[in-house]
Amino acid sequence: MATHAIDALHRDSVAEPDDVPVFQDLEGEHHPEGSTMLGFWMYLMSDCLIFTVLFATYAVLGRNYAAGPSPKDLFDLSLVAVNTAMLLFSSITYGFAMLAMERDDLPKTQLWLAVTGLFGAAFIGIELYEFAHLIHEGATPQRSAFLSAFFTLVGTHGLHVTFGLLWLGVLMLQLRQRGLIVENRRRLMCLSMFWHFLDVIWIGVFTFVYLMGVLQ
Amino acid sequence: MSGAAGGHSAHGHGESGHGDAHGHGSFKDYVTGFVLSVILTAIPFWLVMGNVIADKVITSVIILALAAVQMVVHMIYFLHMNTKSEGGWTFLALIFTVTIVAITLCGSIWVMHHLNANMMPISAEDARHAP
Repeated sequence: MATHAIDALHRDSVAEPDDVPVFQDLEGEHHPEGSTMLGFWMYLMSDCLIFTVLFATYAVLGRNYAAGPSPKDLFDLSLVAVNTAMLLFSSITYGFAMLAMERDDLPKTQLWLAVTGLFGAAFIGIELYEFAHLIHEGATPQRSAFLSAFFTLVGTHGLHVTFGLLWLGVLMLQLRQRGLIVENRRRLMCLSMFWHFLDVIWIGVFTFVYLMGVLQ
Repeated sequence: MSGAAGGHSAHGHGESGHGDAHGHGSFKDYVTGFVLSVILTAIPFWLVMGNVIADKVITSVIILALAAVQMVVHMIYFLHMNTKSEGGWTFLALIFTVTIVAITLCGSIWVMHHLNANMMPISAEDARHAP
C-alpha cells in the first residue's frame, strides 16, 4: 500500500517537475539556525532532571540525622548569603559579556568573562571552605543520610560550576586566538545558558537546603 | 559552516542571528533581572536570619514561593525564555521538564512521608539493639 503510494508519487513528480515534493534538507547549507541552542536546551532540561532526583533524595533523607548534627548546627547562613551573591554577580557579569559580544567588542567580552570567572571561582572557593569546615567538624558524608544527601546535591552543583569555569577558561583562550567568530559566539551562548541555568538550580539549593534546613 | 558563507548564512549569523532563540536581552533586561533577583534573594534570607515570622510553616511557604518567582525571573531575564523561541520547542521542553520535576518531587515526598507514617513504631530500647 505504502509502496504504491510512493510509486504513484514518484511517477507524478517525474511527470510534472513543478510538483516535485520538497523535503527539508538537514545537510550542508540548510542546517537550521539555532538547532545547537535547542539541543543544548534539551541537555539542560535533562540535567535539570538529575538535580530533581537529587532534590527528591534530599527531601526524603534530609531529616535523618542519625543522632548527628542537624542543618541548624552546621549551616552558616551569612556564608551562604555571600555565596549566593557571588553566583548572582557572576550571572549579571556574564550577561554583560554577552552584550559586549553583541557589540563585537572583544576586549570588553574578555574582561566581563574574566570577572565572571573570578566570581565563579570565589563561589567554588567559599563552597570548598564550607565543605572542609564541615568535614573538619566530623560532619562527613558518611555521618548520616542527611549529610550524604546534602554533599551529593550541593557537591553536584559545585561540580557543574567547576566544569563551567573550565569551559569559561577554554573559551577565553579560544577567543584570544580566534576572536569573535561564529563558532565562538555559539559556544559563548551555550555557556551563557549553562551558567544561568546553574544559578537557577542554586536558587533551589539555598532555599530548600539551607534556608529551610535552618528553619526546622 | 564556513562553506555556507552565502547571503543566507551571513544573515543568519548577523547580530539578530541564532534565530529568535535565546536571543540576548538588552542591558535593561539584565539589570531588571538582577535587581529583581537581589530583592527576591534578600527577602528570604532576611525572613530566616531575622526570625521575622514566628510561624515556621508560613515562613517556609513564603520562601518557597519567592524561590519559584525568582526562578521565573531568571528564566525570563537571564535565559531569555519565551513561548516563541525555536518555534515553541524550548518552551514545550520546559513544560515537559517542569511536569516531570513536579511528579518526581511531590511523588517522592508524598510516598516516603506515608511510608514513614505507616512504619511500625520502634522503641528506644529496640533501636539500641538494632543491627
